[in-house]
Amino acid sequence: MADGQAAGQTILVVGGGISGLTTAVEAAEVGYNVLLVEKTPHFGGRVAQHNKYFPKLCSPTCGLEINYQRVKNNPRIRLMTLAEVEEIKGSTGAYTARIRQNPRFVNQKCTACGDCAKACETEVANPYNFGMNKVKAIRHDHFMAFPSHYYMDPNFAASDEAKKLVAVCPVGAIDLGMKATVIEEKVASVVWSTGWKPFNAEKILPYGFGRIANVTTNMRFERMADKFGPTGGKLVRPSDGKEAKNVAFIQCAGSRDHNYLAFCSRICCLASMKQATYVRGLYPDAKVTIYYIDLRAMDRYEAFQKMVEADAGVRWIKSKPARIDEDAKTGNPVVVGENTLTGVRYEEPYDLVVLATGMEPNSATVAKVPCSDARYDEYGFVVSSGGLFSSGCSSQPSDVSGSVQSSTASALRAIQTAVNAKG
Amino acid sequence: MEKKIGCYICTGCGIGEALDVKALGNIAAKEQKIPVVKNHEFLCGPEGINLIRNDMTAEGVNALVIVGCSHRVKTEEFRLGVAQMDRVDIRDKCLWVLDVPEGDKTAKEDRQMMASDYVRIGCVKVKKMNDPKPFEAPTPFSKDVLVVGGGIAGLSAALEVAQTGYNVLLVEKEETLGGKVAKMHKVSPSRAPYNKLEENPLPKLLAEVKGNKHIKILNNTIVQKTVGAPGLFDVTLKNGSGTSVERVGSIIIATGYRAYDPAKLEKRLGYGSSPDVITSMEFEEMAKAGKIVRKSDGKPAKRVAFSLCAGQRDSSHLEYCSGACCVYSLKQALYVIENQPDASAYLIYQEVRTPGQMEDFYRKVQNEGGIFIKGDVKQVSQGGTGLTLDVDDKILRKEIKMDVDLLVLATGMETTVDTTDPNSASPVGSQVDELPGSILNLQYRQGPGLPSLKNNFPDSHFICFPYETRRTGIYVAGPARRPMGIAASRTDAAGAALKAIQVVESVARGAAVHPRAGDLSFPSFREEGCTQCKRCTEECPFGAINEDQKGNPLFNPTRCRRCGTCMGACPQKIISFANYSVDMIGSMLKEMEIPEADEEKPRILVFACENDAIPAIDMVGRSRLGALSPFVRIIPLRCMGSMSLVWIADAMAKGYDGVLLMGCRHGTDYQCHNVRGSALAEIRLSKVSETLDRLQLESSRVKMVEVNIMDAETLPQVINDFVAEISKLDPNPYKEF
Repeated sequence: MADGQAAGQTILVVGGGISGLTTAVEAAEVGYNVLLVEKTPHFGGRVAQHNKYFPKLCSPTCGLEINYQRVKNNPRIRLMTLAEVEEIKGSTGAYTARIRQNPRFVNQKCTACGDCAKACETEVANPYNFGMNKVKAIRHDHFMAFPSHYYMDPNFAASDEAKKLVAVCPVGAIDLGMKATVIEEKVASVVWSTGWKPFNAEKILPYGFGRIANVTTNMRFERMADKFGPTGGKLVRPSDGKEAKNVAFIQCAGSRDHNYLAFCSRICCLASMKQATYVRGLYPDAKVTIYYIDLRAMDRYEAFQKMVEADAGVRWIKSKPARIDEDAKTGNPVVVGENTLTGVRYEEPYDLVVLATGMEPNSATVAKVPCSDARYDEYGFVVSSGGLFSSGCSSQPSDVSGSVQSSTASALRAIQTAVNAKG
Repeated sequence: MEKKIGCYICTGCGIGEALDVKALGNIAAKEQKIPVVKNHEFLCGPEGINLIRNDMTAEGVNALVIVGCSHRVKTEEFRLGVAQMDRVDIRDKCLWVLDVPEGDKTAKEDRQMMASDYVRIGCVKVKKMNDPKPFEAPTPFSKDVLVVGGGIAGLSAALEVAQTGYNVLLVEKEETLGGKVAKMHKVSPSRAPYNKLEENPLPKLLAEVKGNKHIKILNNTIVQKTVGAPGLFDVTLKNGSGTSVERVGSIIIATGYRAYDPAKLEKRLGYGSSPDVITSMEFEEMAKAGKIVRKSDGKPAKRVAFSLCAGQRDSSHLEYCSGACCVYSLKQALYVIENQPDASAYLIYQEVRTPGQMEDFYRKVQNEGGIFIKGDVKQVSQGGTGLTLDVDDKILRKEIKMDVDLLVLATGMETTVDTTDPNSASPVGSQVDELPGSILNLQYRQGPGLPSLKNNFPDSHFICFPYETRRTGIYVAGPARRPMGIAASRTDAAGAALKAIQVVESVARGAAVHPRAGDLSFPSFREEGCTQCKRCTEECPFGAINEDQKGNPLFNPTRCRRCGTCMGACPQKIISFANYSVDMIGSMLKEMEIPEADEEKPRILVFACENDAIPAIDMVGRSRLGALSPFVRIIPLRCMGSMSLVWIADAMAKGYDGVLLMGCRHGTDYQCHNVRGSALAEIRLSKVSETLDRLQLESSRVKMVEVNIMDAETLPQVINDFVAEISKLDPNPYKEF
């Protein structure tokens, strides 16, 4: 029972996206101590890069904000940003996690006044926008960033300009002497929620991403659609900045394909339908074409598919395109393939082609569980075992609702481990 | 203990340079009579915090007005264990949203006036606050969980709850546990490798449930009715030998799905006209019995067709997709063809929906020789060797005829939860002791079932908070909540189990659950002032308030989510929280200074929802997205649902020239965290013209707008346009009184 459970029982949650945040608040609101560790400077993870959620076309910030309030109001949750779990030792109910705290170069005194960013002249490629624009070397990633403390790019911290900035901060929050530190924490259970990254579209050679300027990816497109994103909300061709009014989406780009990701990433169909509404909403005279194998609008999302289908400006072609060429004169990507339903070959030029790339679990590459007991499936998703649990897209490709579902479940199982470890 | 307020004004972040802080301090000290008023150049720093802490210890300061930045930043620093506290934001919502050119005296003066007003109302707010005393539930208070439904979701939920150390009462209406899964032969893969049929998990699960000492199983039992609230639910259970009442803390509904009635399907699918057209469940029972045969003549069925989406994704039947039937049909196809080279399975589909790793399972069936046909069954007739199907094959682009032994219809899932439209629910008098078809038969003023959002499923925020129903302490797991298969149901049950435990632990502490998780305040009702108008009982989005026979509200604190909708609804102002009341907000707005009409400084009052609109305003400041009119004064509200029309009347009487309300999107895709708050405010506001008419004021002086959290960019214009509209009117004549 939860009475007196706080006695030394802590749940470690790794990853501060929607899954990790959910696990943390749900467990803490039962009454357990949670240590929530995030690798980047801010919480929010992948969903914080999204302009809107399907099917309500509402802002992810709305739900994130409530979760941040729940985090802020709950003293049982300890937060670490810029922190990485390096090793987990021990056994179910009694793990020791070694956590590396990387330097932020801005301390707790930061009031988020923004004077430092204003004064900073050095700009760097913006990882939050996939390098599509530049940002100050000292910043927060987006204006809803939580925590709101600024952080400094580690490569910039050694520069002369960084030294000058120290004096700019009115409260002395810039601390260039910050060093990485390592702490050890005893935890009863661990929930791995490190999410996903977009599959590297460059690997899909026939589609020419990286070679053809006007072939982009769904996540980049999502950043473009954000009015605070790199293009100010305009949907434009990377080659010449012209408005993209004839846009094709190619589903399963790198998914459901043994050469790339063999599984289905679940969200991409809906994401493209959603992005079709961005195009049609912004440019009423625009045309959208969606190339698909199967349209996977599960359960109530069906209504969203029906809504997009009702738009005569959206054309659907059942086909997995063979390749994309580039029209050298116009810079138009030309999609080549055969329509499965008509048997007709097509070769169609577009202003912009968006590849609906899938999810690669971070746990397969950059965020493996540093524990010898960790188990994975063949794609690198984490299989829960012992006191190590996975949630959200660390366990399977999920939409937000599914991530919250599995994260709530993992919060319970992490609690059970804590309860049973206590005896 | 007597209240002693300390007001601490931060002069950092440019506040000290921009504003006359001494004058602000005088407002707090002299005008507002705050006993301790101090400035600090860096209040959120260690020294500043120590300054406050020392006063708390040495001076007995026990209530705080912190003047500086937004409450959304520096939360941890100012977590000083003081319940009576307000963060007066003169940085983000004043300094950072006003355009004050160098040397512009008027603009500077206007800014000072805004900051002064904010200090005033912060002081008033804290004066009007009391410590919230957490609700102490009467005894016996129960932390036990009732699970209704003994299928895979219910059994899983029961076991998950029990394994966390809580007692479970598991109620099953049938004689045996197991539900639909008991009839299943094998199940589709739930774990790696995702290409193998798995043994039915039920026997193992049943053994665990039956062996768990925390679980009490009641078969042949229904819930006749449910009275009460989280921690205090009294559930009347009925079985063959009579009824009994059990007290439980929270409830998980896991009553599963109802398969869509195949008799409702079009004749073209042949159900009812041939015994060899069967449903998925009928096929499953056959497989379990080890005999996949034609029902017509008992001969082995070697050629089996599966029609997916039978009566689904179809506006004449279920408009949604049931999500799990594709995988389910793939599983059944394997029953037919795996290791049986002379057998054929035809899957006639619209789309094959096998998300995630289930794609492996799809490939498995392809590799085993499953034949996939994209198209529709146009007609079923009796042929020479069995059924003949006319299929419109969309890939071959022609109608084909197929002879098969069996046609299996993958019908969809409907929830078994009875839903209630709170707006048309029967009032208290018609509550009945037993209501066939109702899972819980809640004795709630707003009706016996759960409110639904879409397709009768009983959720309320299905993207971000999928477990939230509109009945506190009652959660739904498995396909009763949303269409899903077995593996997902088991996960879902664990999530619902967490919520069921979380609610009893929270209400045991007197704390609210989502969205105001941890809030210890709750409304109190000054009963003698009640006129039995029933607005509070009708409007509470969570059905927290019942009625007695005379129409008096019967409040259930542990059902309450603290949104304040009841407070906003009450025309008699009898409902208030220790730290939030009609009087508090009314006093705040009255405390601001209204310049004389001839000063040409109109005053526009903005009520902003603190969940979405306030963060958006903060973002205007933080990112310097534009300047607001210096004539606006913003008061955050818990939720637009708590908006009282009294405040509008007060504002008009006080001499404000206009009132702007900023609430969340409402309607079908509402974003209000309290579901109905902004919608109710809009309805209330439709009646405001009466008030304005009585005062002989233009109705355009009061307006409500929807504000999304990401509307920061357009927000200055929305506000400034309203100010401009109001400025076209004559000044509010009540300024002179």
